[in-house]
Formats: sequence, structure tokens, C-alpha cells
Amino acid sequence: MMPYFKFDYFGSDTGLFFAFIIGIGFGWFLERAGFGTAKKLAAQFYFKDLTVFKVMFTAIVTAMLGIYFLSVFGFMDISELSVTTTYIVPQIVGGLMLGVGFVIGGYCPGTSVVACSTGKIDAVFFLIGVFLGIFIFAELYPLIENFSNSTNMGKVTMPAFFNIPYGIIVFLVVLMALGGFAGAEWAEKKFGYKKVEVINED
Amino acid sequence: MSEKLVKTPKPYMNPYLAGLGLGLVLLMSYVIMGRGLGASGAFSTATAVAINSVAPAHATGNNFYSEYLGDGQQSPLKDWLVFEVLGVLVGGFISGMFAGRVKKSIEKGPRIANSKRLIFAVFGGMLMGFGAKLARGCTSGQALTGGAILNLGSWAFMMCVFGGAYMFAYFMRRQWL
Repeated sequence: MMPYFKFDYFGSDTGLFFAFIIGIGFGWFLERAGFGTAKKLAAQFYFKDLTVFKVMFTAIVTAMLGIYFLSVFGFMDISELSVTTTYIVPQIVGGLMLGVGFVIGGYCPGTSVVACSTGKIDAVFFLIGVFLGIFIFAELYPLIENFSNSTNMGKVTMPAFFNIPYGIIVFLVVLMALGGFAGAEWAEKKFGYKKVEVINED
Repeated sequence: MSEKLVKTPKPYMNPYLAGLGLGLVLLMSYVIMGRGLGASGAFSTATAVAINSVAPAHATGNNFYSEYLGDGQQSPLKDWLVFEVLGVLVGGFISGMFAGRVKKSIEKGPRIANSKRLIFAVFGGMLMGFGAKLARGCTSGQALTGGAILNLGSWAFMMCVFGGAYMFAYFMRRQWL
């Protein structure tokens, strides 16, 4: 029965080995997609290149459908998957900070690791900033602990919150993603980088 | 012109194909471990370990650090996300090497000086680090991972990340365009 770790197929040391392997796959596809450069990531927010949106939503839909069908056909116990607790107001504030930080810094924490590994100096500086940000958060934690733990809604998923069957939400997310992809292709044609003919000067 | 061996980097993968690959990696993580991907959590562990080595009394007296330091039974660095992020570093490098994209550079638009770009990078990183702790995760740990299992907070978070970035993009246009 999946997830294997939760059904004691192996111990946590073996889990660390899988962590490393899964990380390699994660890093590989981030780099393949072009997320090792801030220019490509930031272009998302000027409608020049919507790769970020396309990759992210294809990934979410793929994993979501996989989990859904594995559970429907009885291969996976979905209740064993770890769900982070929703603290809605801190998460909204944190999300806005991340968004602003994204367009200022040019990376998010995961993509900055890939960019560091491929030699991007700005990503090294970005990562130093991430450590500083976490340090500041930790040092201020006694002051912001109350806010950070406010509006606790528990471990709640959209099907539970909206009281709509899981499969319907899955279907709606797929529809939304397909609509988004069509919109992204249209936007890239309208606002994207114009194709410039390259003249070879020897 | 002097003869130079110029390697042209390979083009990037089709975004939908890369997304499919990324989604399958995420699915594998759920299938094998019952948990998704992450990044910022590993940096929190590293920060906590660093502070603990310099000022142990200060670190253990702080609720944030002590959560990442664990019960002292084993090294806090023996952590799932720490090993996963080390993998990301290796995987990114291997992919970049095969594609001829490993190269020292500063990524920016043509209208901004290198020094300014690096200051912005640090500042953006700080906002990200702080925001990710408030939100309990970043684009990997919340948006991707929580998004795939329809976590309510993750979806609210994801909308806010895109919203915040689009709202602020105008002020940063000189850095990128």
C-alpha cells in the first residue's frame, strides 16, 4: 500500500536516500525547464515568457491526477499523505511577501539552488538573502509567534472546505489549468519576445 | 577574430514536458514517502544549526530554532529536506552540465548595473526567507506540494505569490526588461 514509507516498507535512513534521489530529479527538471536563470523566471511577471506558469500547473495537475487515481483504484491511502496546517492570514501575508521577493530577487528558494549549481552569482547572493530572512524571522519570532500561529484552520483541503467531492475539485483544477494554458499561449504571442532574425557576422 | 570554441547552450525543454517530469517526481515523492518536495525548510534547519553552534543557549531558548534542532537524539542535519535539497543541487548541476549551461554569470536585464542587481538579489531573498517562514513553505513546499493535494492554505498562498509578484513587477521593470 502507498505511501510506502508510512506503511513501514523501509526506515527513515533509507528515506534519506530516497530524499537525495528525488532531489536530483527535482533539480534536473527545474534546470531543464530553464528555471536556473532569473531572467526567464522574472519574464513570467511581464507576460513575456509564461514558462513558470506552464511548468508549475502541468506539475500540479500531473501529481494531483496521479494521487487521485492511485487512491480511487485503491493503491494509495490518501489519508496518510502529510498535509500542512492552514494558517490563512499568515499564509496570505507570507505569499504576498514571497511574490514581491520573487520579482525583486528573481528566484524562489528551490530555483536559486539550481541557479547556484550552474554558476549564477546573483543566485548565490539571493540564497544569502534567504538565510538572512530566516535569521531575522527567527530572531523576531518571540514577537511574531502569536501572529504566525493565528487563524489556524487545521489540516484542511479544498474538497473539505467547500464541501464538494474530491473528484469534482480535481476536474475543476484540470479545466482551470487547460484554460490557463490557452491563455498563456495567447499572451506569449501578444506580449512575448518578438522573434528577431539573427544575422551572423563573421 | 581569434579562434574560440564557442559552445552554444542547448534549448530548454518544452515547458509542458518539463512540467510532466516535475509532476512525476512530485508524485513519486508522495508514493514513496507520503510527503512532497520542499526547499526553504532545509535552509531553516541549516540556519538553526549554524546559530546553535555559535550561541547554543540562545538557539535552544528560541521556539523557532529549537523546533528545527529536534530532541538532540540525532543530528538535525539528518533531515529529509536537507538531503532532498542536496539532491537538487546535484540534479541541477548534472542537467546544466549536459546542456552546456554551467557558466559563471549574473542574470539581469540590460539596463541595470551588476552591483545593483546583486543588492536586489539579497533583498528579494530576505523577503522570500521571511515570507516562507510565515507561510510554512515556499513555492516548492506549499504551492507545488500542497497544490497537488488540494490543500486550502497552499492554494491561497499560491494566488498571493502570483498576485504579489504581478502587483510589484512594474517597479522592478528596469531590472529585467
